[in-house]
Amino acid sequence: MKLTGAQILCETLERLGVRHVFGYPGGAILPVYDALGKSKLHHILVRHEQGATHMADGYARATGGVGVAMATSGPGATNMVTGIATAMLDSSPVVCITGQVSSKLLGSDAFQEVDITGITMPITKHNVVVSKVEDVARTVREAFIIANSGRPGPVLVDITKDAQQASTDFEWDACQPKLPPKRIRNNHDQAEFDRAVELLNSAKRPVILAGRGIMLSGAMRTFEQFVRTSNIPVAMTLLGIGCFPATDPMNLGMMGMHGEAWVNTAIQEADLLLAVGMRFDDRVTGDLRKYARNARKIHIEVDRAEINKNVQVDAAIIGDAGETLSNLLPHIHTRDHSAWLAHIKELKGDSAVRDIQSLPDSGHLYAAHVINDLWKVTKGGAIVVTDVGQHQMWEAQYYHHDKPRTLITSGGLGTMGFALPAAIGAKFARPESEVWVVCGDGGFQMTMCELATIVQEKINLKIAIINNGYLGMVRQWQEFFYDKRYVATPLVAPDFVALANAFGIRSERVITRKEVVPAIESARSVDQAVLLDFRVEQEDSVYPMVPAGAALHDMIRRPNNPLVETATES
Amino acid sequence: MQTIVAYVENKPGVLNRVASLTRRLAINIDSLTVDPTENEEVARMTICAHTDERGALRLEASLEKLVDVLVAENISDRSMLERDLALIKVAADQQNRPHLMELIKVFRGRVVDVAPESLIVEVSGTVDKIDGLLEVLRPFGVLEMARTGRIAMTRGNDLLRPPEATSGAPAGNAPASS
Repeated sequence: MKLTGAQILCETLERLGVRHVFGYPGGAILPVYDALGKSKLHHILVRHEQGATHMADGYARATGGVGVAMATSGPGATNMVTGIATAMLDSSPVVCITGQVSSKLLGSDAFQEVDITGITMPITKHNVVVSKVEDVARTVREAFIIANSGRPGPVLVDITKDAQQASTDFEWDACQPKLPPKRIRNNHDQAEFDRAVELLNSAKRPVILAGRGIMLSGAMRTFEQFVRTSNIPVAMTLLGIGCFPATDPMNLGMMGMHGEAWVNTAIQEADLLLAVGMRFDDRVTGDLRKYARNARKIHIEVDRAEINKNVQVDAAIIGDAGETLSNLLPHIHTRDHSAWLAHIKELKGDSAVRDIQSLPDSGHLYAAHVINDLWKVTKGGAIVVTDVGQHQMWEAQYYHHDKPRTLITSGGLGTMGFALPAAIGAKFARPESEVWVVCGDGGFQMTMCELATIVQEKINLKIAIINNGYLGMVRQWQEFFYDKRYVATPLVAPDFVALANAFGIRSERVITRKEVVPAIESARSVDQAVLLDFRVEQEDSVYPMVPAGAALHDMIRRPNNPLVETATES
Repeated sequence: MQTIVAYVENKPGVLNRVASLTRRLAINIDSLTVDPTENEEVARMTICAHTDERGALRLEASLEKLVDVLVAENISDRSMLERDLALIKVAADQQNRPHLMELIKVFRGRVVDVAPESLIVEVSGTVDKIDGLLEVLRPFGVLEMARTGRIAMTRGNDLLRPPEATSGAPAGNAPASS
């Protein structure tokens, strides 16, 4: 059967199981769009290509499958850069397809020509230019394999216009992926394995550091079994949240810069850290020279390049998290760690998060209230997609995720503007799920154009803007470290309610504490998008906080009464 | 100095990926050679990098993450040979030419071109040897020099070969689960 490259692309995507493509048309990708119109693929027209990549990313994070974003050459492609880097830093399987000028024009500075494979080389797992129609299907199939194998990541396929237009005989079986014959490393090192077992079976104060790798490996059940058998408490990275139920007594919570004090203290006091599918990011370790100095360290990690990168470990097991944990399990003795667990419980003491719900209503609205109430009203069952900043940390602290892939957030790159588009992607991936955007007023203004996408696609997304009139996290740093010189952080926002209404989206403003629950309930009661503008206390800060570069135990602690510490009246 | 040998896909852009990676890791390359192998689809790279053992390990592991890199191996601590080839154009006249030729002979260099006011020496060997000859020639006036950069090979049975090409689709996770 003779097909054009554009038709072959659509056919290939369909055969790979793709149902949704997030994209934006343009000259160099027009042949593909023509073919898209005749395919079964559902194309979601975004308002900016950055949104397309975040949507594909949110889609991938919500399901574990590959998300697909599409854009034209030149500015369409460069607009994708932030989204690609976001996916790269958080190991998210995204395939980006860009149009490119015809192969004869390559390198001639043709209209809307840009060397997008050159630009995205350091922020993709792999990228490739396709300039022959015969290569389209094979290359796209390879891209899907690369994106979602080993440590996942984004792959960009740049297809020249002539390759989209030319025709060739298309036969699926003849377009087998032909990836380079890489050496399969035998990473099994019995000595390291034995050392890990020995360390695990002799530790007195062990802590497991759980990362996103557990979810990527689909190893939640094995992990839980491992926790039960080893009887070791779990601290989570931001992206690890959901890999183990937050409400489980063995789950200490999030570690790192805004981790609770007892979590970080437990890590600093531990005699053994078992890191699983995490990479000792600086936001997690603080000052490396003072990081868990009493602890021996074991690292289970699929990416060999992460071993000993930041933290020198005593035993490294390179491999898939689930597989490795299963291999370890039969060798693990169940040990009594009651003294250690009791000590950690004691650490919680008065530094434990006061149940924000039980604090008296001071007439002020705090972000923590909003998020904690959201958790209560949704019974922890929603997929929450956050942006980056204070609200993101409050979400991690006050929304307790029991299920994997229910917190979607930009961790590694910390991309503001991520939440709204990523949530759209997540909603397409899991249409049966309740999806909430939790976003600051700063980040929301970066990608709020995607409200139009929500309306055009008629999707039921709930949006909670945590509106404090500041770029809150930067303001907090200015408060703590720059003597309250609030340079460029006070932020004028539009009337979000009026804005939402202009898009045709229901909206409500919430100013007092008692309005929070009714507003959330009312938003949930309708089968359409709703935007809630929560006007929270302006100069509220996230506690505890490990200042950048300080030791992990060296925290700025939560003030005794978190409700009176704010300066500004709302 | 660390020496890494890599087998890579012999196609455009691969050198760029390798170079881009070392730049990202802030590792300075002292010498990098790329040469074809008996298999035309595979090229061999010898990368000599200014870094410590830990940096080399990271470079090696990161190189292998590149789809187009088939194998990367740090051979710095192994028993191996390293060779560099240099062409050195040195100022020489009637008077000092015989003296120069004597010196070159000591370093097992070969004079491959003689002109009225200069000559070209070809010398191969370890970096130290070439640097040694250079030191001796400098007082005469080194006019121009070209060096190939190092190539390296492990000794004896320690074979470093590219993996055999396998046919069929490689194993990978299932794609879109939508």
